[in-house]
Amino acid sequence: MSAIDRTARDMPPATPGVKRIAEPRADERPGSNYLNNGYGWKSWLLTKDHKRIGILYLISISLFFALGGIYAGFIRLELLTPQSDLLQPATYNKVFTQHGIIMVFLFLVPSIPATLGNFLIPLMIGAKDLAFPRINLLSWYLLIIGAVFALGAMMYGGVDTGWTFYTPFSSTYSNTYVTATGIGIFVAGFSSILTGLNFIVTIHTMRAPGMTWFRMPLFVWAHYATSLIMILGTPVLAITISLMAFERVTRVGIFDPALGGDPILFQHLFWFYSHPAVYIMLLPGMGIISEIISTFSRKNIFGYKFVAFSSIAIAVFGFLVWGHHMFTTGQSVYAGLVFSFISYAVAVPSAIKVFNWSATLFRGSISYDTPMLYALGFLGLFTLGGMTGVFLAAIGLDVHVHDTYFVVAHFHYIMVGGTLLAYLGGLHYWWPKMFGRMYPEGWGRFSALVVFVGFNLTFFPQFLLGYLGMPRRYAAYPVDIPAFQVLHILSTAGATILGAGLVIPLIYLIWSLIGGPKAAGDPWMATGLEWRTASPPPTENFHETPVVTWNAYEYAPQEDMEVIGKTSPDDKPDRSSYSGA
Amino acid sequence: MSEHIVQPKSYYKIFGALMVLTALTVVVAFFDFGALNDIVAMTIAVTKATLVILFFMHVFYSSRLTKTIVVAGFFWLAIMFVMIGSDYLSRGYVPRGITNYVERH
Ligand SMILES: [Cu+2]
Repeated sequence: MSAIDRTARDMPPATPGVKRIAEPRADERPGSNYLNNGYGWKSWLLTKDHKRIGILYLISISLFFALGGIYAGFIRLELLTPQSDLLQPATYNKVFTQHGIIMVFLFLVPSIPATLGNFLIPLMIGAKDLAFPRINLLSWYLLIIGAVFALGAMMYGGVDTGWTFYTPFSSTYSNTYVTATGIGIFVAGFSSILTGLNFIVTIHTMRAPGMTWFRMPLFVWAHYATSLIMILGTPVLAITISLMAFERVTRVGIFDPALGGDPILFQHLFWFYSHPAVYIMLLPGMGIISEIISTFSRKNIFGYKFVAFSSIAIAVFGFLVWGHHMFTTGQSVYAGLVFSFISYAVAVPSAIKVFNWSATLFRGSISYDTPMLYALGFLGLFTLGGMTGVFLAAIGLDVHVHDTYFVVAHFHYIMVGGTLLAYLGGLHYWWPKMFGRMYPEGWGRFSALVVFVGFNLTFFPQFLLGYLGMPRRYAAYPVDIPAFQVLHILSTAGATILGAGLVIPLIYLIWSLIGGPKAAGDPWMATGLEWRTASPPPTENFHETPVVTWNAYEYAPQEDMEVIGKTSPDDKPDRSSYSGA
Repeated sequence: MSEHIVQPKSYYKIFGALMVLTALTVVVAFFDFGALNDIVAMTIAVTKATLVILFFMHVFYSSRLTKTIVVAGFFWLAIMFVMIGSDYLSRGYVPRGITNYVERH
């Protein structure tokens, strides 16, 4: 069906062949949507609607993120001066541990999959809900129970082992609440396993007619790969933490050499999960970037199948590289060589994605709306984080910078520059779909720039600090190396800017729920199924089961848009974001 | 989802087999097979686990997809064991160059 055949009624028309399958606008059908379908606390806390559960996750992980951010603030304040004057060293140990545990297990791992993934996967494949709605609700409760244990332990006095719980310190010597925190992580891990299970079954069995595997949005592919890691990796974390707690309580030797155990075994088991966990945090972000880049370039993604399969390749090869965290332990040098080699190899699928995104941008008609700014930020920062990861895979260099701020900077470029930016970009992109309101575009762009500047000022100096030899996890550093304090002050200043850049969206996003202009069903003129229903969507997602006849990202060329008279040079499709409904 | 109905009789048979194998575990504990001790004990344990997974957990009667998932899980476990094992196996090897260097100094 050519673009010219289309009648005006076929409007959100960026996609050739889109069948009109649902009312595109909430205001056309004065009916219910998932937000006004019940108001009592029971309608939220006992809901089986994947969209409401996504919102529950959104609220809880935002709180966890704020808490983890406060701990980060204390770390940066302490490091303003060389002496450990704001915090005692013992307190500092607890502060960076809480920061790590909250950010990794309570924010990053559930962040994108449990909020945006939960909300969007059924919408994107044309399903009414996830395959197991009750299990979906259960996994939110498990996360909350895990958080109660972890945060409760924190209130009683906290943990000082680092988020990595290395033995024998954690299993024998630490006098802090290791076991309670371990139980929290154990329980939260089951939340993650059940989410992964739910996604896999949903993607296999609940796709709408015509939604073949290679018509699925890359966001769904990325979540499929993430779910595989969640299911195959998380049980190992649960077992590892249990063994550590078991040794701590019963004194049976597993990891403690004094009891006949092997401390390196703990690191093997821990990183068997925790390296792939990096991809649990990152892959969903990569899915978001694929969506945003193609929408705001008005172009089909370059090399769809390569991007899709590189997600799967990352999920598989990500399991074979964990030994790169252990080059400076007593691990066999031969095993180290193998791990080093495979770690180089795992950079290839990530690079494929970056090249394909860049090729998608090439000759696209790019618009710089807020989600796109975050996506472009991701592209640069993830590349920097990934390339320094390749440095760290080289044994010689790793021995030099192991456990220094170089490593801290590297993984914050991946986790903050990558995952957090993608999450914020995705949140802005799908905000109109989730709440039916537009956020203020000007403030959005402004805060995206503030976040980008603040982030780089925080973490780039840490590369230099690490290379100069500043170790991580120390509350004090030498006075007689002036560069250390200068770089730490720069980093703290950057963290302040970054913090401000994160508070601005918090304010305007909440404001937009009341004051934002009403959003259309498809404010970005995008191709995905989630835009073929009202904003916010009705409880059953689609009034009729959609039939898919087009590929993901089948964007009409700009010329076609003009032929059908829907766009004039000063009314570009993307402009609809300002006009609201 | 498989609608296969398993007769109680086959459950009893499997249960009997598990009991026999448990008794066997106890019996072999009285003999010293030297280096084979671990292998013998593990063989019995793995056989029992396989029976439980195939029959009590109904994998034997399930779809190809379910079987694939189960096999993938064990394949992943094998990855973990093999790569950790390769560390333990080669941890003692020291390159000749290093030994010479240490001896000379
Ligand atoms: Cu790693």
